[in-house]
Amino acid sequence: MRRRESSIRRNIDWITISLVLVLMFFGWINILSATSNIELLDWLDWSGKGGKQLMWMTICFVLGFFIINIESEFFIRTSVIQYILTLLLLIAVLVIGKKIGGARSWFDLGGFSLQPSEFAKPTTALILAWYLSRDATKWLSIKVRLVSLLLIGLPAGLILLQPDAGTVLVFAGFIFVLYREGLSGNVLIIGFTVLLLSIATILIGVTSFHYPYFGVGSGIGLFWIIWLIGGALVIYLFKELSMPRRRKKVAILSIISLFAGLIISVGLHTGMEKVLKPHQKERIHVLFGIDVNNPDADYNIRHAKAAIGSGGLMGKGWMHGPMTAYSFVPEQETDFIFCTIGEEWGFLGSAFVIFLFTFLILRVLIIAERQRSKFTRIYAYGVASILFMHLLVNVGMVLGLAPVIGIPLPFFSYGGSSLIGFTFLITVLIRLDGERLSVLR
Amino acid sequence: MSNHHLKNRSLVFGGLVIVISTIFISRLAHIQLVNSDWSNYAARLTEERETLDPMRGQFLDRNGKLLVANIASYDILFTPRKSKNLDTFKLANLLELELTELVKRLDKAAAYSRYVPSVIEKQLSAIEFARISKQLMEYPEIKYKTQSIRSNLAGVAGHLIGEYREVDRDDLQNNTLYHLGDYKGKSGLEAKYERHLRGEPGARFHIVDVRNNVRNTLNELDTMPNPGKDITLTIDVALQEYAEKLLNGKRGSVVAIEPETGEVLALVSSPFYDANSLTGKRRGLVYDSLRKHNWKPLYNRALRGTYRPGSIFKMVQGLVALDEGVISTKTIINCDRSIIGCHGPHSADDFTQAITHSCNPYFHEVMRRVVQRGRDENPLVDVSMGLEVWNKRIKEFGFGTKLGGHIPGTRAGAIPNSPYYDNIYGKNHWGFRTIFSIAIGEGELLTTPLQIANLAAIIANRGYFIEPHPIRDIGGRGKPLGLDSLHEMSVDVKYFESVIDAMQNVIEDVHGTASRAKVEGITICGKTGTVQNGELEDHSVFMAFAPRENPQIALSVYVEHAGAGGAWAAPIAGLLIEKYLTGSVKYTARENRIIEFQP
Repeated sequence: MRRRESSIRRNIDWITISLVLVLMFFGWINILSATSNIELLDWLDWSGKGGKQLMWMTICFVLGFFIINIESEFFIRTSVIQYILTLLLLIAVLVIGKKIGGARSWFDLGGFSLQPSEFAKPTTALILAWYLSRDATKWLSIKVRLVSLLLIGLPAGLILLQPDAGTVLVFAGFIFVLYREGLSGNVLIIGFTVLLLSIATILIGVTSFHYPYFGVGSGIGLFWIIWLIGGALVIYLFKELSMPRRRKKVAILSIISLFAGLIISVGLHTGMEKVLKPHQKERIHVLFGIDVNNPDADYNIRHAKAAIGSGGLMGKGWMHGPMTAYSFVPEQETDFIFCTIGEEWGFLGSAFVIFLFTFLILRVLIIAERQRSKFTRIYAYGVASILFMHLLVNVGMVLGLAPVIGIPLPFFSYGGSSLIGFTFLITVLIRLDGERLSVLR
Repeated sequence: MSNHHLKNRSLVFGGLVIVISTIFISRLAHIQLVNSDWSNYAARLTEERETLDPMRGQFLDRNGKLLVANIASYDILFTPRKSKNLDTFKLANLLELELTELVKRLDKAAAYSRYVPSVIEKQLSAIEFARISKQLMEYPEIKYKTQSIRSNLAGVAGHLIGEYREVDRDDLQNNTLYHLGDYKGKSGLEAKYERHLRGEPGARFHIVDVRNNVRNTLNELDTMPNPGKDITLTIDVALQEYAEKLLNGKRGSVVAIEPETGEVLALVSSPFYDANSLTGKRRGLVYDSLRKHNWKPLYNRALRGTYRPGSIFKMVQGLVALDEGVISTKTIINCDRSIIGCHGPHSADDFTQAITHSCNPYFHEVMRRVVQRGRDENPLVDVSMGLEVWNKRIKEFGFGTKLGGHIPGTRAGAIPNSPYYDNIYGKNHWGFRTIFSIAIGEGELLTTPLQIANLAAIIANRGYFIEPHPIRDIGGRGKPLGLDSLHEMSVDVKYFESVIDAMQNVIEDVHGTASRAKVEGITICGKTGTVQNGELEDHSVFMAFAPRENPQIALSVYVEHAGAGGAWAAPIAGLLIEKYLTGSVKYTARENRIIEFQP
């Protein structure tokens, strides 16, 4: 037993741990800069956000140390309980949670608040690993697909009720886990096609066109007409060109995709016009560079980009970014922390952070692929997917490439729940990976 | 699919991660390294430029005496955000404003910005401010800022110097140099020499926070303001002040020129106003009352008033006729009062006597001889041709031209020519009988007091003048270019002495019209003019120079609706000459008579 433990310690992936520590420390430095300024800096002020974050980091070190010393069997066996507990917390938060910024996502625990959705991410990764790694599970069965979707969809649905669209997007990232375990690549291709179609719908939706006899309306109607006529033509050509015995199949598939595309486009357009609140619609329009009447609609993103842009190559220096110091950037210690990096550390600093994250995700993928244990591999994919989605949505947002959706930058953004959630996520993986040589499955 | 095949899918995922990261890093490079729009935008948001106003150039008189200086005034600013439970009634009392007016201004400030302080009262004087500053500073929402304004130390020459005040909408649209709240020269010399007076503003850069509060100061980009250039005027403050004193309560003007240099010694238009009354918080009221006043005090009569020159013009006629050779100084012409009226007991004058007596028939005949020369068989065509020659020679004297190009606001007046009469009567439908009244300085002739003073200078100089100008020096570099060029008359020098003889007689002869201008010990040469005004009282006009031997001063005096030239304008000229040449006035009775006179 002692030999086993020491072998596990030898097999701990120090690269991942170092990456995480660097990210955390760099994040803390930036939180200090974003929340105080050079004249008022007090390193030992525990009431400030920098001090609080340091406290959370200490808690995370202790937590990480504990987790690394727990048998992985514990996580495998308790994954169901953890998942159910998380669901209960997500239900509870909808009832007794505190509403901050329009979303009921937090438990108010006196001095601090707790965000259960941050824990839902690792526990969903665990339950998915548990479910898909059972010996009996055969991926191709419809049942497995449906159960997997349900396991992801339950917490995601509860979080959508808060509502917290950003975290829901992270759950969409579990598609990569399913893809690795055998889900057809067509799903990704279809997803990509739907994305392109959606972008086209949004862009064309705001154009106007003069229809004979009907007057001026959105250009989207014309787009749909062209879609149908052009699609019919393409299908006819395809049918003529394909081999006779496949003609019927090609025709049916093409017609289905043609109408599916039309339905998605119509649905999205109607959704944009009828369901979305004006400010949400504006956010999407801002992203696509469409003029919005409200000059403040792109306030956040304008200031975020200005802060990053002003950094130049070398940055203004730690604690010396005026956009950061004088509150030009909203939420700058949480969701917009990347602006502080951009302004004060410049291109070198921010590219370095993106590089660190890329390295971390790729490292997790390498870890995943070196496992004999299916559970560990699937869990590792979950970790990679979660990290990737956070990077994609958060950095994409501050760079003006994705809509403004509140979601923290892992290990960087201020906040105890997020820090604890990610520490849990990564240290469980490290422990599972440490046991890779002593696992036979 | 086997796990072995699925293993390759890690490459797809890994590749996607690398692609996204590459997109992000390219985007970063674009925002931070390639495109400077975003960093410029950040600079606009965070850096505030504070303009450091330069010290405006001052005006000095010809003897280096300070005429217009800069003093501090105080603008009161209000910051809506800091306002809690403001006692508007008390504040209105303190600022001496109507309560409704104050509330209106506070509302305007609040509507403009809650964070940026807005001016609610302008240009309190140092005394006004000192009286209320202690109470004022108890209001947290009230701040003050100093604004440099002009102080005219003697309160004179307001028309000439003009106004320095806040820019208006037109200035902001037409000139990028100025920003809201800036001051500039708006009229007179203040406007004309704005470029020199203004100086170069400096700048200090601050870092502001999102609420526009100054948080920090950048030093490396700061520039110090470059003060404006002082301007030395040609005006003699003592003379200007004395002229204003004499003209007070009358409508009229005084223009005094140093003949040899063309430098304007005094330029008064009456009614005038204290130049300082148009600064400070009551400017609006004062300006309004000036604008509405019947006597048009804002109108600069010395430069813009156009009058018929009357008898004074006879000297110009005489000089032209002598040079044309149509008369000589010995030519005697009958005072035939059947053609045109005359005055005084004389019957057959020679040239000098005709000027002394201001004989109308004499100059009627002189003019006829100048224009009717038999150049054409048709007498009408002959007159037309003659008038063109006459017109050119008259214009030499600066009449009908914008004399005094460096004094803002001058007017040309009018010297009629043939096309002018062709326009009215039709070509060849007019003859000498139509236009003869211009022979004696009436009719269609229009001249300004400045032109008449310049005429005095031409005669004093015996045949040349330098454009009258008010600037002696700009910032130690001397006069602006073009102010030393001589304008020489084509009239021969020898003819001027006859005219000057006559002018001396005007004052010293027993029958002279201007004996009231006589000053013991100074040989003054002058000529009266009486401009008829139909039913209204005549304008009293006098032009003179002195001393005859070595002319130091040439001037014109106009007193509107005062009667004959010798009665009022002449003694004023005499007093001014005495004052300028001797530094004091002995003729106190004459002085008192003038000061008490209210036409």
